Amino acid sequence: MKDIVGTHVVSLLDKDIRLDGRKLDEFRKITVEYGVSSKSAEGSARVKIGDTEVVAGIKFSLGTPYPDEPAKGTIVVNVELLPLSSPDFETGPPNIQSIEYARAIVDRGLRESDALDMKKLCIKKGEKMWMIMIDVYSVNDAGNLADAIGLAALAALKDAKYPKYDEKKGLVLYDERTKKGLELKQIPIPITIVKIKDKFLVDPASDEEKAMEARLTVTTVEDGRICAIQKGGELPLSTEDVEKMVQLSIEKGKELRKLLK
Amino acid sequence: MAYSKRISGRKFDELREIKAEVGVIPRADGSARFQIGKTIALAAVYGPKALFPKFLQKSDTGTLRCYYNMMSFSGSGERVRPGPSRRSKEISYITQNALLPVLDLKEYPSAVVEIYVELLQTDAGTRCAGITAAAMALADAGFPMRDLVSAISVGFVEGKLLVDIDNEEEHYEKGNTDIPIAMMPRTGEITLLQMDGFASKEELKEALKAAKAACMQINKAQIEALKARYKK
Amino acid sequence: MGKINVQDKDIVVPGEALAEGMDYLPSGGAFRDKENIYASRVGIVSINGRVIKLVPLNLRYMPRRGDRVIGQVSDVGPNAWYVEIGFYKEAAITLAEGSSEYIPKGADLTQYYAPGDYIIASVSSVSKNNSINLSLKGPGLRKLSEGRILTVNPAKVPRIIGKEASMISLIKNMTDCRVMVGQNGLIWVSGMDPEKERIAVEAIEIIDKRAHISGLTDEIKNFLEKGLGGKSGVLKKD
Repeated sequence: MKDIVGTHVVSLLDKDIRLDGRKLDEFRKITVEYGVSSKSAEGSARVKIGDTEVVAGIKFSLGTPYPDEPAKGTIVVNVELLPLSSPDFETGPPNIQSIEYARAIVDRGLRESDALDMKKLCIKKGEKMWMIMIDVYSVNDAGNLADAIGLAALAALKDAKYPKYDEKKGLVLYDERTKKGLELKQIPIPITIVKIKDKFLVDPASDEEKAMEARLTVTTVEDGRICAIQKGGELPLSTEDVEKMVQLSIEKGKELRKLLK
Repeated sequence: MAYSKRISGRKFDELREIKAEVGVIPRADGSARFQIGKTIALAAVYGPKALFPKFLQKSDTGTLRCYYNMMSFSGSGERVRPGPSRRSKEISYITQNALLPVLDLKEYPSAVVEIYVELLQTDAGTRCAGITAAAMALADAGFPMRDLVSAISVGFVEGKLLVDIDNEEEHYEKGNTDIPIAMMPRTGEITLLQMDGFASKEELKEALKAAKAACMQINKAQIEALKARYKK
Repeated sequence: MGKINVQDKDIVVPGEALAEGMDYLPSGGAFRDKENIYASRVGIVSINGRVIKLVPLNLRYMPRRGDRVIGQVSDVGPNAWYVEIGFYKEAAITLAEGSSEYIPKGADLTQYYAPGDYIIASVSSVSKNNSINLSLKGPGLRKLSEGRILTVNPAKVPRIIGKEASMISLIKNMTDCRVMVGQNGLIWVSGMDPEKERIAVEAIEIIDKRAHISGLTDEIKNFLEKGLGGKSGVLKKD
């Protein structure tokens, strides 16, 4: 059941008009800032899409390789929708939405695209590995946190530099940073498309998110291949819908990737 | 060798560079960002709102709840596991007490006013930066306040009184004393006072005097930030 | 003996000293502490003779009897509706106050207003513990139809309405939009032309940000003229 604002969003969309005057496939202004927490985090970034703001930080931790992958390191993704950023979020452990963002969007996008060479994260086979800890926090929710979170994680990874590692003691010297960065082989960009009636919108603002019937977040790499898809929303999508939304994601992904170059 | 010069090169009563801004989180009822040196605190205020569970409601006044948290990547050293710790709970509690004296919540019986403080990057003085940001956020939200609250950490390293201790000084091997203080600038009344270390009665008196002067500087930055929102 | 530390139209913040001595009287957000007068909020100073008034630039909404407010129905009980008006307690509308027409007991209340509906109502009573009652009996009070809902800080509402409704009338006439402003800071905008409707919304957002500026009416007039270009609401007969 839509309220008067949702109904209005729908009737305006009938004429291809959005509340803030954007085109259906137009993003709000995006800014990416690197090193916002550079003293403490080995990599960090702030991303703003319109008024939606998100920060991400990278910490390099030591761990023991998983028994089934003794020669590889790993990434650990944590997303928190802070109550600081919206009256709709509560304190407490990550809720279902933040877990979805962490697993289905950031983690899956990075793993399936092979963005990081996990073998390079191995320190000593079977004994020590680097764990790239990626923490993303929402600072202001004005809609489309999913894409902002994805971008922020990528920007923070791009910003990251290895800390010094004392091999003899087996300790990380966090006070000293090397010039070596994480080589990103791919830049998997998530783009969220929202379906309202028979229209597809890119970068949904808050009122549009409330009025949406279904959404698809598609993560793509440079050559257009898809590495992750996540459907949300209560209504179903037809195969034609999915094809259209995927195509739109690939195009917008290419545009946004330029911002991270 | 006596501590004759600060590691950072600052004068003994010199504060680090301050950057303050309000209205940085549009969804919140009031918000602020306060940076001192490399310590960055964000604060957002939501309220008055309904307080649940009901048994926590106070029938004659509103309740203030503060939640202090460090982002996992904001500490120097290892990643901090997300979630509340004993330290963050303690700081949440003292932040509440530092701000209550300037608020009058009797207008909102049974309601709660929530303040969220997040640290983006830390270099000592975090609880003080949090309190300073929270006070700005409350003013930004339009809560009637008797005064702002300004906070700073002073202390002693090898007997020398320092204002605005940074992380290196806090961990100086030869021992140090850390005194976080929050004040109401108008009257000089103290709303937060803690101490970690050793000091004589005279040294404490000296420290309070220096803190008062430093808090006036913090207050100046808060005032400028609140007014900057309404430039011509 | 006394001294004023500020000038008319100065912007001040909590704790700032406005005047010294017992000669002056505090008003609005200004308060007296011992011998002096201080600001309790971020606001604008207004000096009128010996009265020093502080007009807040930001407020937490406190419902007052007679306020017209816009709210969203959150729940429907057997004999009342419950409405969110941006206050920490939900407001209630009893059966008797639900409409100018008679509503029989046992009627299906959701036929009148259902959860999700936006309404414009009047605050009929505020109890000591802040329980609020609303009434939909009165001219113009009703369920709102399709349109946009904006939220501004309640302190800006007087500026958005303007002296004798001059500001809001300017916006309505030039953009051909219907606009209803709630004292609680919720605003409903509905226009036939989506472009003009968006310009009306932008004009209100400008007032929200610049309510402290004098000469705002001219600024808004210019903004509307520029934005509407040849689409002004005024019919031009060549």
